[in-house]
Amino acid sequence: MTMSPAVSTDPASAKRSWYKRNEIALTPWLFLAPGVLFFLFYVIMPIYQSFGLSLYDWNGLGDVRTNGEYVGLENYNKLFGLNGERADRNFQTSLWNNLKWLILYLLAIPGGLFIALFLNQTVRGIRLYKSLFFFPFVISQVVVGLVFSWFYLPNEGLLNTMIGWFGFDSVNILGDPTLATYGIIAAGLWPQTAYCMILYLTGLNAVDPEQVEAARLDGAKGWKMLWYVIIPQLKPATFIAFVVTIIGALRSFDLVSIMTGGGPFGSTRVLSYYVFEKSLSERGLQYGYAAAVAVVLFLIMLVFISYFLWSMYQDEKGARG
Amino acid sequence: MHSIIKTSFAALAAASIAASAAHADAHQLSGDLVIFSDMSNPAPRAVMEGMVERFGEMHPDLNIELTVIDREAYKTQIRNFLTANSPDVANWYAANRMLPYVEAGLFEDISDVWDGQISEELASTKGALTIGDAQYGVPYTYYQWGVYYRKDIFDEYGLSEPTTWEEELANCQTLLDNGVKCYTIGTKFLWTAGGWFDYLNMRTNGYDFHAALTNGEESWTSDEVRATFANWQQLIDMGAFIDDHQTYSWQEALPFMVNGDAASYLMGNFAVAPMREAGLSDEQIDFYQFPEITAGIPMGEDAPTDTFHIPTNATNKENAREFLKFVVSADNQTLINNGENLGQLPVNALSSVDDDKFLNEGFDMLSNNAQGGIAQFFDRDAPAEMAAVAMEGFQEFMVIPGNLEDILERLEAAREDIY
Repeated sequence: MTMSPAVSTDPASAKRSWYKRNEIALTPWLFLAPGVLFFLFYVIMPIYQSFGLSLYDWNGLGDVRTNGEYVGLENYNKLFGLNGERADRNFQTSLWNNLKWLILYLLAIPGGLFIALFLNQTVRGIRLYKSLFFFPFVISQVVVGLVFSWFYLPNEGLLNTMIGWFGFDSVNILGDPTLATYGIIAAGLWPQTAYCMILYLTGLNAVDPEQVEAARLDGAKGWKMLWYVIIPQLKPATFIAFVVTIIGALRSFDLVSIMTGGGPFGSTRVLSYYVFEKSLSERGLQYGYAAAVAVVLFLIMLVFISYFLWSMYQDEKGARG
Repeated sequence: MHSIIKTSFAALAAASIAASAAHADAHQLSGDLVIFSDMSNPAPRAVMEGMVERFGEMHPDLNIELTVIDREAYKTQIRNFLTANSPDVANWYAANRMLPYVEAGLFEDISDVWDGQISEELASTKGALTIGDAQYGVPYTYYQWGVYYRKDIFDEYGLSEPTTWEEELANCQTLLDNGVKCYTIGTKFLWTAGGWFDYLNMRTNGYDFHAALTNGEESWTSDEVRATFANWQQLIDMGAFIDDHQTYSWQEALPFMVNGDAASYLMGNFAVAPMREAGLSDEQIDFYQFPEITAGIPMGEDAPTDTFHIPTNATNKENAREFLKFVVSADNQTLINNGENLGQLPVNALSSVDDDKFLNEGFDMLSNNAQGGIAQFFDRDAPAEMAAVAMEGFQEFMVIPGNLEDILERLEAAREDIY
């Protein structure tokens, strides 16, 4: 069935088709089409739907147009305590916890950098050590959460056995409303540090040895070398590490769900978990309200995402210019 | 009296199981029957499959399709399948837990199934399945709640089953003096604290007040509710509950009782099986009804009922109705609730209770000493949103009793919003 183009006498090839004439412009879009369609359908559309749902009082049963009630901005009034409503304290707790996550999660970046610097040497078996350090990122967050909740267990947990050696009393980190969130963030830092480490390890491969050599001749070493020579060259890796850590902090859900389920008495809720609690969980049934929380979370993320996109755009422009 | 009824009906049940196939010939069903079930734990699953098999034998032309869904996952999936891909029969729970689905028009009014004889046989749970004037489901099992305790520990310190609050507190003090916690509990998933509130409130203020409170008709900042919490605080201040309970699930709290670090457990009858599996013999564990607090108030009890429903969007509603009638029949209820199957109480009054120490005690308690009334459970009697807020408050109270004022105001605010 195959035809050699040499023997083709198709008259259309003389007068080139519309597609042929626009091939260069069209082809990228054709390749992009499946991705764009999925993105529109699974990302953009749900965002608009969430905005829409957040204006309704709806319990998620039946159709929102028949079983829901349009309440305008009432859900937002309840969230923020506007218009004579009581502010939702659970929402405030979640917001604060998200802020704690955002700030403390950034510790993964310096942590990852120092482990990467430490591992960036040629010793026998270094690949094995690198993989061991990377291991927590490979295992599921659910497993990390379980391991850490056992680690924290009052009385039997390893942590309490360890502090018992120094004569301290048993602490119940996940049961203490003031400590629980920090306990979960510490668990989250374990895999996140590994992730940042791998980003920096690849970044360190790209560090220019000549610049290091030149700096050394100029007498730079130790912290000065790191700060003025190495870290500037790691800027792309730092940027990516920053992006994934911020997004990771805002998406923190699995660990909260596994380790405390938002408890004790709601003190470890974060926005994403609160959305789940109000909609899909066993006692949810407030889809409109959950959608309003989701919209707030989306807007917070949007601030960061816009900054990232703007920053990447600037880089691109710089590269082209 | 009861034992006579029970034994005679056991015999009758055995006979009628054999006869049921012949009886069913009267109206053979055909076509399809799609069942979604949440009975995913090993024993309930076997029960569900057994029921389908026996119903299938009665109606050989009927094509029954059973889908068993994980019990926890089911709780979220039910919203989707009731609207999109409706089965003919679905499991759920009684009382307020089914209210949103009834209000959304997703559960069929099956008052006709309840007509006549069945209403009398299932009288004890009819209220829990009635919304407005209509019934929306049928019960297949229920179980008692109460205090399960280590009889050997009680004997060691010369304690006996308490019947009044003073005896309860005195018992507890003796145990604490000997380094044993009075109660084990795991409040990580909150509902266990709901059980404590149910009992303390029903004993302090009576069933009717409790029902009104969960219905939103009474205030959370009322003196009655404060009295309940004051009683609760007596136990908390004594150190009656195990430490760090907010970190444990109810299963994780069991070892405290098994190891003898705690003497008793306020729980549903489902806790007996894991206690036995952990090596406690029936001589070591025993059961008593939650003691009286305010003298003269009739006892109210928690006895959660699990149910079957017909979704409004079902296609084979006639077959589904026949299946529900089969499920509630006395002989089927006797069989599925016996010790080898669910190990719980049958709802049908004509069924017999299996000869198990705890089932006998529970059946006796619910039939003879629950004059106050039978509640479902806090999170089934109160609307979902209220239950979520309240049970979180109960847990907070158990850990930080000093926050009581703040908690009660929060609950009262939630009540004004929700009802």
